[in-house]
Amino acid sequence: MELMWLAISTIAIGLFGCVAWFWGSNMVLDAIYPPRGENAGDNIRRANQIRPWLFLGPALLFLGLYLVYPVIDSFWRSLHSSDGSRFVGGANYVWLLGDDKFRESMLNNMLWLLVVPALSTLFGLIAAQLTDRIRWGNIGKSLIFMPMAISFVGAGVIWKFIYEYRAADQAQIGLLNWIVTRFGGEPQIWLTLMPWNNFFLMIVLVWIQTGFAMVILSAALRGIPEETIEAAILDGASPWQVFFRIKVPQIMGTIAVVWTTITIVVLKVFDIVFVMTNGQWGTQVLANLMYDWMFRGTPDYGRGSAIAMVLMVLVTPIMIWNIRNTRREMR
Amino acid sequence: MEGMAGQKSSLVWAVNISAFLLVLLWTIPTLGLFVSSFRDRDQIASSGWWQSFSGSEQTGFVRTGTGDDAIQMDGLHVIEGNVLKGEQKLVAWGTGAREPARYQPGDTVEIEEGWQLTVRADGSYRLASRQPFEMRRGERIFTTTMAPPKFTTGNYERVLTAEGLGRAFMNTMTVTVPATVIPILIAAFAAYALAWMEFPGRALLTAAVVGLLVVPLQVALIPLLRLHNDIGIGKGYLGIWLAHTGFGLPLAIYLLRNYMVGLPREVIESARVDGATEFQIFRRIILPLSFPALASFAIFQFLWVWNDLLVATVFLGNTREQLVMTGVLRELMGSKGGEWEILATSAFISISVPLIVFFAMQKYLVRGLLAGSVKGG
Repeated sequence: MELMWLAISTIAIGLFGCVAWFWGSNMVLDAIYPPRGENAGDNIRRANQIRPWLFLGPALLFLGLYLVYPVIDSFWRSLHSSDGSRFVGGANYVWLLGDDKFRESMLNNMLWLLVVPALSTLFGLIAAQLTDRIRWGNIGKSLIFMPMAISFVGAGVIWKFIYEYRAADQAQIGLLNWIVTRFGGEPQIWLTLMPWNNFFLMIVLVWIQTGFAMVILSAALRGIPEETIEAAILDGASPWQVFFRIKVPQIMGTIAVVWTTITIVVLKVFDIVFVMTNGQWGTQVLANLMYDWMFRGTPDYGRGSAIAMVLMVLVTPIMIWNIRNTRREMR
Repeated sequence: MEGMAGQKSSLVWAVNISAFLLVLLWTIPTLGLFVSSFRDRDQIASSGWWQSFSGSEQTGFVRTGTGDDAIQMDGLHVIEGNVLKGEQKLVAWGTGAREPARYQPGDTVEIEEGWQLTVRADGSYRLASRQPFEMRRGERIFTTTMAPPKFTTGNYERVLTAEGLGRAFMNTMTVTVPATVIPILIAAFAAYALAWMEFPGRALLTAAVVGLLVVPLQVALIPLLRLHNDIGIGKGYLGIWLAHTGFGLPLAIYLLRNYMVGLPREVIESARVDGATEFQIFRRIILPLSFPALASFAIFQFLWVWNDLLVATVFLGNTREQLVMTGVLRELMGSKGGEWEILATSAFISISVPLIVFFAMQKYLVRGLLAGSVKGG
């Protein structure tokens, strides 16, 4: 109960503070440069120079403090020793190169980057194409889209149940092992089965992200002008040809956007590995490795930050690509 | 393509069936957890959830009565009793551990010289012999029984009261609501400025926001935790609200700006001509018109904060009093990995709120996705 009041009052204070800032600062500005009287023109001009910054102020403060500053600070920390007391230059990065776990993480991350965006986009495309053509398509879409709402931890539990292992003489309660034993196979401890366990973890993310890809690709498919498709059909194209030769090329741009968005999600993937294997049995990834160095045992902020910077470098090309796209649109 | 020329009905069937299979494949994992959360502990352990509607099979054995229990009947010595308990149904039975399911209900078998054993479908058995029984321990009868499907809400009661999930639910709420509302307010003002106000550096700032969209959260953890400690916020709600606000802002500003740019220019210009201040325009025109975009970001942020584990683990601390639901779930996975009734139920409680929000507000969620992602498509 007390907790609830604390929450409610803090929401109220936070909201009030926010509104008060925007409202108050605008009032003050209007009082200093009133938009009427003999200097009205000048005043309005001056006020208009200041006002955008009143509107933007809190946002810029937050962006600067919570996103820009940490990047710089992390870089600085990555050049220092474990507790930040000694400048060590590139030593942390040199250590990274020689570390087995780091190499394993890099390799796994690459594998994730290859598999997850590709499969999610492929399944999303198939799902979009299939559900767009049937009567109960919207219900189907909702159900495929649903995992998007489930937390990675929740998804971890859900899939751990599917991968559950029981010894061969017991009844299998994990769906996968049950299917395998039905077909006469041996039950497996999937999550420790190197190197395939990586793929079993990836499936979880594919399961989550397919809905996202489907929604966006479906919108793109619907945006394709009818004439091109009709023309192709008149020319005798089969449904497969229509799909792969006419439709897919026209939505290439959207496919690229979906692919990139999922790539970013993959790079930051942490929770799934964290809760399902915690990086054991050869499933370590960068984000989880970084967490290990920063928060487990004796923290090593230098090495942890160095791994964070590697992540940052990996997303930079996407960042540049994003910015370029935006600037092109704004012109 | 509706009404596509030359579309064959067999193709329509193929599409329907493949779509159905795909949907099934995507739904089954969640369904399994949902069904399991209502199952009895023993049933979860003894059969898969997909068999829970047909009942679960169990094997075991019971001992017959001993010689003392025998009664005389028609010149025979007879021991009678029942091998079944509760609502079980007998599927098969046997007399040896090697073949526990050799005989059908109703079969009569000679187990030793002159000993006739019959087990009927209702579980009643009859062991008869011409000679008196002299054994001290009863004979073993192996049974394969089918327990009827049994569903219970007991798991939910137990988990909500005993596993600290109720507390975690409140914690998650306390984290989520402010962390959803505050960024929307801040982003709405910023987005309006970027969309409709003239000032130097506008294009640059917009590009910067887009660039910040992809900054990995992991980079921010240590510097911010340090910062929070230095300025005295430490680990607590205020800190996590601020952190979520910071991390959510780029997407919020980006979505809202894209939406606001599309609003009709005439409305805003004519309001300006009529002497409305920017603040009035924002409050009276832009905010009401932007409702769909505000709603879609609100849903995103809500889902994202509710489902988050990393930010909460780092900025909120890991004591029982402070854990959010994802944190509790993770702990349970570590400590109760085999107790699926607890794990399944807890997981389902933790994903229920996002699922409700998702199904209720799906329209806005999709709208937001499309505004944010189909660019240059």
